[in-house]
Amino acid sequence: MTAAPPTTLRRNPRDREMITPEGIALPITLASRGGRAGALMLDFMIIGFLQFATTVALLFMAGGTITGLMDGEQASGPAMSALEFLAVVWIIAMFLFRNAYFLFFELGPRGATPGKRLTGMRVASRDGGRLTVEMVIARNLLRDVELFLPLVFVSMAGAGEGGAAGIAAVAWFLIFAFFPFFNKDRLRAGDIIAGSWVVETPRRKLEAVLSGTPGSSAAAAAAPAPAHRFDFGERELSVYGEYELQTLERVLRDNRPEAMRAVYETICGKIGWTPGSGDERAFLDAFYTQLRARLESGMRMGRRKADKYTPGP
Amino acid sequence: MTAPTDTRAIEAAALRSDRFRLEREGDWQRLDAIVTRMENGRLRKLSDEDVLALPVLYRTVASSLSIARETSLDAATLGYLEALVQRAWFVVYGPRSSLGSWLRGFLGGNWSAAVRAIWLDILIALAVMVAGATVGWLLVASDPEWYGVIVPGQFMDARQPGASAEVLRGTLSGADGARGLSAFAAFLFSNNAKVAIMAFALGFAFGVPSLMLLVQNTAGLGAMLWLYHDAGLLLDFAAWLSIHGTTELLAILLAGGAGLHIGRAMAFPGNKTVLEAAAIAGRRAAMVMAGVVLMLVVAALLEGFGRQLIADTMGRLTVGGFMLALWLAYFLALGRDRQEGGKTR
Repeated sequence: MTAAPPTTLRRNPRDREMITPEGIALPITLASRGGRAGALMLDFMIIGFLQFATTVALLFMAGGTITGLMDGEQASGPAMSALEFLAVVWIIAMFLFRNAYFLFFELGPRGATPGKRLTGMRVASRDGGRLTVEMVIARNLLRDVELFLPLVFVSMAGAGEGGAAGIAAVAWFLIFAFFPFFNKDRLRAGDIIAGSWVVETPRRKLEAVLSGTPGSSAAAAAAPAPAHRFDFGERELSVYGEYELQTLERVLRDNRPEAMRAVYETICGKIGWTPGSGDERAFLDAFYTQLRARLESGMRMGRRKADKYTPGP
Repeated sequence: MTAPTDTRAIEAAALRSDRFRLEREGDWQRLDAIVTRMENGRLRKLSDEDVLALPVLYRTVASSLSIARETSLDAATLGYLEALVQRAWFVVYGPRSSLGSWLRGFLGGNWSAAVRAIWLDILIALAVMVAGATVGWLLVASDPEWYGVIVPGQFMDARQPGASAEVLRGTLSGADGARGLSAFAAFLFSNNAKVAIMAFALGFAFGVPSLMLLVQNTAGLGAMLWLYHDAGLLLDFAAWLSIHGTTELLAILLAGGAGLHIGRAMAFPGNKTVLEAAAIAGRRAAMVMAGVVLMLVVAALLEGFGRQLIADTMGRLTVGGFMLALWLAYFLALGRDRQEGGKTR
């Protein structure tokens, strides 16, 4: 069973469609390149902070053992092995922070590092299947070549050695940094190898029902009942389509008086009514409900009217 | 499944699609709450009931979405449902295997199966490494000036062409006490892991840089072999090298093979698209690479401790040979019955 294409008001060039195993087409939005760069910066800042804190803590401990070494010379054996142990801890910790940080977080239930999470994105499998451990390993091993390696070369070149190597390293770095600009799904080299991509995590609240009296709008309930019910005929309702309906829905949900006033006047002009004043909300509520009822009953019959330009029944 | 929201509210809703929504939104909200808790990592706070309900709720809400798309024009509700189904999909089909269970399957045969699956690339990498060592040897044999070019600077201390056999023998003895060995081992691991990851990741450029890296590293090896051969110490040098070298060279060979595998898959994708081929090869190669990192830990421990503590040639050769046999047995024998990449999907 394939469902109708996802309904969205605006089409975004970053929108993609993913088919779940149940056969439902889900709209997903790829993360923006700027957002991903920002997430990477955040992650680097976190990693940098962790490395710095670990280094300081270990240095502090090492300082303690060294002063102990100064005081009692007979304790030099154990103190030396303590220092050595601290060095081992430091080297392994630095390696883990650099390589295991991304692995650990992307394998968690959120599929995202803290940086990605703060910027509202996550890693997903491109083929709609499960995100596997191998994918996460593959996409993060490539990070070494994309980022760390050329940075090391650049810093070496900065120290005065090898102009050509430095230029090559910069070119290398730029090629990988701009990789997401050269393919349509904004894949980084690591994503290509792993078969993954980075998507935005949606987060939406369920909004109130607009049609019907209860909970439709507090304002309408509080206001005195309108003097007359609005009833629209076939001719008035056939003017608009789904796009206009959803625009109207947004205006009603935003509930801003001046916007409603403008929409009210536009609609009145279009259907040839003389705009009054004072009960725009009630008018728009009624128009929305009746237009939606009309369009939805058309939908059930298999007739859809996309917007006001579509010639409709 | 859920208490009807409020029968009066459902009846009062003017539109059929809104009644549809009000009847079902209890299920939606419940799924929302479960997914939110799981996303926040509070798995333990979930009741068993909720965990069992998750897949059912997911399908219910997914079918609500399909129906709503055909019958409702409420953009906010559709948007909410799409977002909810997507979030639930991530949870239901998210990374499932814990690192522990993955590791068990990995060591229990998935790794050796992945290594066997890229045998052709490993053979090519092996040929390249042998060729690199031969070239290094021949170059230095023809003109010792090459030595300074080929061998990396860190080994240039006493190991110069023309150094006496005594000096060279001194570099092999290595037993200046056990002090500092664990730090040395940790450093070696971190360094070698970088080289191996590079050999793998460079495969991305159609495997050419991986091969160049292999040639560069083994040419230095060939040059040093020649140096010790010239001083009549070839066997001692081989023993000195073999104690960790069998593990380490094997790991670098696998890393190069893994990189080459990706490069080859991208250059000759066959019937698949380049992206598909790269993704399949990449996952298989990543499996091999996880093992390579593990092998490098072993190699660093052998290099840091074993080589300095075991000083005689025969002992070193025995340990090196034993490790080589162990790895080969592991790769060739284990998990034969297992399908390559055999995980539960």
